[in-house]
Amino acid sequence: MTTNLIDIQNSDVIMATSNFAENHPVGFQWVMKAKERGAKFIHVDPRFTRTSAVADVHVPLRSGTNIAFFGGLISYAIQNDLYFKDYVVHYTNASFLIDPAFKTATDGGGLFTGLEQTGKGGVDPHVATTYKKDTWKYQLDGEGNPKRDLTLRDPNSVFQLMKRHYSRYTPEMVERVCGIPKEKFVQVAKLFCENSGPEKTGSITYALNLTQHTNGVQNIRALCMLQTLLGNIGRPGGGVVALRGHANVQGATDLELLYHELPGYLPMPLRDAHPDLKTWLDKETPKGGFWVNRPKFMVSLLKAWFEDRATAENEYGYQWLPKRASADAYSHQHMFVDMYKGIIKGFLSDGQNPAVGGPNAKLARAALGKLEWLVVKDIFLTETAEFWKAPGISAKDIKTEVFFLPAAPAAEKDGSLTNTMRLIQWHEKAVNPPGDVTSDAEFFVSLAKRLQKLYAGSKKDRDQGFLATKWEYGDNPKEPNMELVLKEVNGYATQEITDKDGKVVYKKGQALNSFAHMTDDGKTAGGCWIYTGVTVEGPDGKLINKANLRKPADDKDYLAHGWGFAWPANRRILYNRASADLQGKPWSEKKKLIWWDPEAPGQEPEKKGKWVGLDVPDFNAFLAPDAKNGDKPFIMRADLVAAFFGPLNDGPFPEHYEPVESPTKNLLSKQQMNPVAKIWNVPDQKNDLVPLGSPDYPYVVTTYRLTEHHLSGVMSRYLPMLAELFHSHFAEISNELAAELGIKNGERVTVVTPRGKVHVTAMVTHRLKPFMIDGKKTHQIGIPWHWGYNGISKGDITNDLSATVGDPTVYIQETKAFLCNVKKGEV
Amino acid sequence: MSLSRRDFLKYAGSTGAGVAVGTAALDLKPVQAAATTLKLKEAKVHSGVCPYCAVGCIQLVYSKGDKIIDIEGHPDTPHTLGRLCPKGAATIQLSNNPLRPTKAMYRAPGSDKWEEKPLDWMYEQIAKRYYDAREKYFVEKEKNKDGQDVVVNRLDAIASLGSACIDNEECYLLSKLNRTLGIVYHEHQARV
Repeated sequence: MTTNLIDIQNSDVIMATSNFAENHPVGFQWVMKAKERGAKFIHVDPRFTRTSAVADVHVPLRSGTNIAFFGGLISYAIQNDLYFKDYVVHYTNASFLIDPAFKTATDGGGLFTGLEQTGKGGVDPHVATTYKKDTWKYQLDGEGNPKRDLTLRDPNSVFQLMKRHYSRYTPEMVERVCGIPKEKFVQVAKLFCENSGPEKTGSITYALNLTQHTNGVQNIRALCMLQTLLGNIGRPGGGVVALRGHANVQGATDLELLYHELPGYLPMPLRDAHPDLKTWLDKETPKGGFWVNRPKFMVSLLKAWFEDRATAENEYGYQWLPKRASADAYSHQHMFVDMYKGIIKGFLSDGQNPAVGGPNAKLARAALGKLEWLVVKDIFLTETAEFWKAPGISAKDIKTEVFFLPAAPAAEKDGSLTNTMRLIQWHEKAVNPPGDVTSDAEFFVSLAKRLQKLYAGSKKDRDQGFLATKWEYGDNPKEPNMELVLKEVNGYATQEITDKDGKVVYKKGQALNSFAHMTDDGKTAGGCWIYTGVTVEGPDGKLINKANLRKPADDKDYLAHGWGFAWPANRRILYNRASADLQGKPWSEKKKLIWWDPEAPGQEPEKKGKWVGLDVPDFNAFLAPDAKNGDKPFIMRADLVAAFFGPLNDGPFPEHYEPVESPTKNLLSKQQMNPVAKIWNVPDQKNDLVPLGSPDYPYVVTTYRLTEHHLSGVMSRYLPMLAELFHSHFAEISNELAAELGIKNGERVTVVTPRGKVHVTAMVTHRLKPFMIDGKKTHQIGIPWHWGYNGISKGDITNDLSATVGDPTVYIQETKAFLCNVKKGEV
Repeated sequence: MSLSRRDFLKYAGSTGAGVAVGTAALDLKPVQAAATTLKLKEAKVHSGVCPYCAVGCIQLVYSKGDKIIDIEGHPDTPHTLGRLCPKGAATIQLSNNPLRPTKAMYRAPGSDKWEEKPLDWMYEQIAKRYYDAREKYFVEKEKNKDGQDVVVNRLDAIASLGSACIDNEECYLLSKLNRTLGIVYHEHQARV
């Protein structure tokens, strides 16, 4: 999230694209607060929910057509001159000139320049293709800087290309593709665009509604482009409000439980691209922007892991990290396909339940049966732990050994969780866990220590990295001290560090106050640079755990900087330099956040001038607006500006394609689906897809969540309070579809796809309505995915319906829009 | 005297229309105050974070001895103002729950039942499985696309999944363990 939940109250308009009120109820109060202050609230969602009930406008849109909708808004803002011109000209790459050989999808029949066939894909008629990006680049001047046209008139400028690209996204087209009546679309476009600009700001919220698609990343980009075009980033009441679903999905991403990165967003080495540390540093360190510091963060991470064994001579232990064979490998979906094929022998499922919660769950359970061994650590017995007890499975045929370790919930251990607004908050252990229940940390440390004993004395180089890692955190081996782990994450000096006058800045072992103090010569260690500053040494030499600070908000500090610690550097609104104009003055008094105070004491005694205001500047606090790059807020970008033109694997601008399974041909271009979407070829008909126009699977289905349950249900279906509140599985079906099929409310129905079927109760409702897509009535149903065969409240597994297909950049699955059939009764 | 949830519902619902309508018709403050003072007297209070969605509601966790007796929202929390949703309000049942397994368990190949095992035995067996798989399947070197040998130090035979439900410190320890062992199938819920 670029912003902060509290700040939503400052929005003049809010567009929720997920079911905010039901899925993040406590955060939703800030929308209601904004409404009390006069804000307009728009809800874009196929279903009418409790979020829609309090919206000024509810906009039902057919699942899978978000880019058509956002593209329509981008086009509307440009065509009607409603974008924030000064912001766009100076703070974005709109004025940059692109290679004249590049053509947008408007001139390429739905494709950008450079699509190449790379071999036959898994599923007919899909053929594997990839984009060659050699024209997706800036024109450079003699000094290697991008050429710009500040009038934005050059036909090769990003602005003109964007305008041309989205010229097809008219209100009429939005109506045909999304099923939103033209008048309603124009009403919403007007409402949102007119409530943005120097005096007003709007925020957009999203969740998995935008990500779980074969163009999930481009959905988010489209949203970000709209917000940038309207000048809504880095300003009070603006922003991109990413609403995450787990207590620590942000933290687990920062600490990088993800195949493609190392903690702190450092790319995981690739065999072909990064044979050694020097090559890694050369390729992954840009020439401009804050990532020029990447070598400091990488070397500090290697020092945190390999400690004294990490030296300049051995590339700080770089070769002990595994190297990926390919960028197109190891993701969640790759994992279960490869497990099914027998490549993976052993599997740890820690606090995750793929037998229910992942796409194509039937494939996942079949894959678990191919393992030699499985370790599950969880609070309750998950369907993953008991996959050999699944209905229709014969346990004697399952040869997988299963180890189940009971886990402690947060209230029974110390530790921190990072919430959706990057806020790191500490929780304390209230009681000892019962019986043999232990924390996950205790298990990881115990396993590591036992493995180190098994490897003790090994002379093989490949074992030396693991043997160099340390697992002693405090005196109690049964209970590692989490504040010491947090200190390792935060970073510390590995030796005494002095300034140029010889004064000691850090003692050996002292926690670092800022990632700005990290170095690339081994003098500092730190497990995740963005967390630096979360724990620092107090005047008495003791650690201050800022995640556990509890100073409430007050009139002087509405963003509550004394409550927890938000990464990076306790900044609450990212890119906040953009809240001020080129000269450093707020764009308007009403929307002020940080500004340049020329009279404030400067960095050195004889100098004056500093960025001050209501937030920690996300900028060099002493870099004057008229200094070089003093007017460029987007410091994480190499060119310091926000990118409308931003090359991803599927194009530099988001383009609407139909989902892999769609009820209609693409009405925007002849390119049906994302040409580079990932489609896995799984043996044994485990991933059959519905071809376009199939009469067997005519209805769109979208999956979703409920207030009373949590994700795959492990933490809710076993709880009497929650199981009682929502006790059985169902599908929402419109009155119109129910009438066509002769289904009554409360009757049992079967929902079926080529992958599987579920038996559920029909909830026949007004809340879903058929869409008119290009004049044709198109039905959509909705189905929650919380149920499984364990717990108090049981039900069929919704993810048995979904397919193994993915976005080409991050490989997320497409569970928000696919096709099904609905049949009366349990068949 | 202590007020159970059902007593409370009965009391609040005595207007005949349940809690939602009852709130408007009935002053709940004395009920809430009584519930708080009676139940929490002499309890220790700890700072908690709600373990469900990512709003990050701070909780007050009250314990007596080794039992959690109440969990409620922390009223000073700037971004939540002390509120909890139905899931957050049910957090106590993650700990106090008779359905919760408290023993380590093993299921042998082909078996249709769990066997309780000592934690030490489990750890020893699991470590052995990791060790054996790593010894057998570890890849030290591989040809790159140009046919040259590159050190890859990679282990494809073990995969790790999870979790967005564990603490930052735990995520970090798992990253450190997996990566230094050579594990590359390394994912959690953020991907799906």
